Amino acid sequence: MSAPFEFILLLGGVFCVLLLASFVASMLKKRVGPDQPNPVIENLVARINAWWAMAALLAVAMLFGRAGTIILFGLLSFAAMREFLTLTAKSRADHYSLAIAFFVVLPFQYYLVWIAWYGLYSIFIPVYAFLFLPIISACRGETQNFLTRVSETQWGLMICVFAASHVPALLTLQIPGYEGKPILLIAFLVVVVQGSDVLQYIFGKLFGRSKISPALSPSKTWEGFLGGVLSASILGALLWWMTPFALWQAFLVSLLIAIMGFFGGLVMSAIKRDKGVKDWGHLIAGHGGFIDRLDSVMFSAPIFFHVVRYFWSTV
Amino acid sequence: MQFFADTVGHAIVLFARLVTAVRAIWDGVEPVPDKRVYFANHTSNGDFVLIWAVLPPKIRRRTRPVAGSDYWLKSKLKSFIGRDVFNAVLIDRNSDTRTNDPIAQMAEALDDGNSLILFPEGTRNMSEEPLLSFKTGLFHLAKQRPDVDLVPVWVENLNHVMPKGEILPIPLVCTVRFGEAVRLHTNESKDAFLQRSYAALVALKDTGDVA
Repeated sequence: MSAPFEFILLLGGVFCVLLLASFVASMLKKRVGPDQPNPVIENLVARINAWWAMAALLAVAMLFGRAGTIILFGLLSFAAMREFLTLTAKSRADHYSLAIAFFVVLPFQYYLVWIAWYGLYSIFIPVYAFLFLPIISACRGETQNFLTRVSETQWGLMICVFAASHVPALLTLQIPGYEGKPILLIAFLVVVVQGSDVLQYIFGKLFGRSKISPALSPSKTWEGFLGGVLSASILGALLWWMTPFALWQAFLVSLLIAIMGFFGGLVMSAIKRDKGVKDWGHLIAGHGGFIDRLDSVMFSAPIFFHVVRYFWSTV
Repeated sequence: MQFFADTVGHAIVLFARLVTAVRAIWDGVEPVPDKRVYFANHTSNGDFVLIWAVLPPKIRRRTRPVAGSDYWLKSKLKSFIGRDVFNAVLIDRNSDTRTNDPIAQMAEALDDGNSLILFPEGTRNMSEEPLLSFKTGLFHLAKQRPDVDLVPVWVENLNHVMPKGEILPIPLVCTVRFGEAVRLHTNESKDAFLQRSYAALVALKDTGDVA
């Protein structure tokens, strides 16, 4: 267990922000009055409490380094894919291919990340799972909705396992002068992207007027989007000291991942609308399901990974 | 032995939760320790495990599933799980050869202060239909114990987690929805009652969103 000093510093910062958030929420609650049940504030309190738990969990996992981070994201992939495949088309003929997706593809992808085999973990699901799982389904002879079934399963694997595994894959990068510190890249990604979600929520609640896409998500507004993404990018720039980036580079990278995160939320919202549900699940109080919380990270992680790998890493 | 059975029971419930992240929705009835008959759709052997898992522990201990002895006494392991772990009321489904009256066995279990979990379809539903037609057991039980609430329970998605004949469960989110209780009206005919209770159960399926 060894964490870079910057990690402890960041943890202290997150702790202070959550403390402030809890304080503000309790002030708001007091102002509304104790007997006035207000769903927005109840939800806010639930969200903040869940943030405490999520921050603690993530911090503990990351203190255990590569093993802890890989196990945590493996479990998150499992929970996310469980939610995703609950809503997709499937038939009895898919039983084996679904079992293999959960119990072979998912662990193997994280094993490849563990042994840092970039050449395989970056193509294993897009190539091998993509070609072999439909073969297994086809062998059972059920043709009804076949293309829908295999495509939706593959989509679940791509987003919940492949994309999510790029978060711990950041630990395999080798950046000159940044030895022993790649864990900070994960902290940076999570803080900027999740910070962007929170800031979009706050700007949206305070100034939100004009909806971006009422058909997809009634809560996404231009004011929330611009305010959230820009302030998150400034936040990311101010965290340049924990990254291999210069200040202006940190700003641009943050802008990129915050925008990807926003569109991740939009795409996953479109799927929810398509399937007729409001939330992906119920396990994170105030937030919904795991995918509701992870959608932005899953969309930004592969892009962040490849940008950092291309411009900074030697492997 | 009882301690071992309880431990196995906890392990099975924990496993079911890990695989299905099962959630209870109490929709028209509260989780209170009243004496009840929970009647549910039946697509998998895990059905009563999920219902059992979402009941508060205090109620769970006093709730016994009703199950076919032909299946649950087939092997030592099954009989240990059926009888010792879940304390099932084991009934003989074959009306030609049975010596015990299943309705009397259920009534006796209720009189001892237990609640029951009953699958009125009588067998696992392998068809494309959401719910098979009910056997008459629910009616006869309601006739003998008209003061007991009959609570419809819809188990959603378990048929995908573990279809009949498969050993490996697929992790998918399951929901258990409890609906408003039904009772036998005075002078209500068998067909009318079975139709009404059937409708009450199927209605829970249609109100449920998947997640």
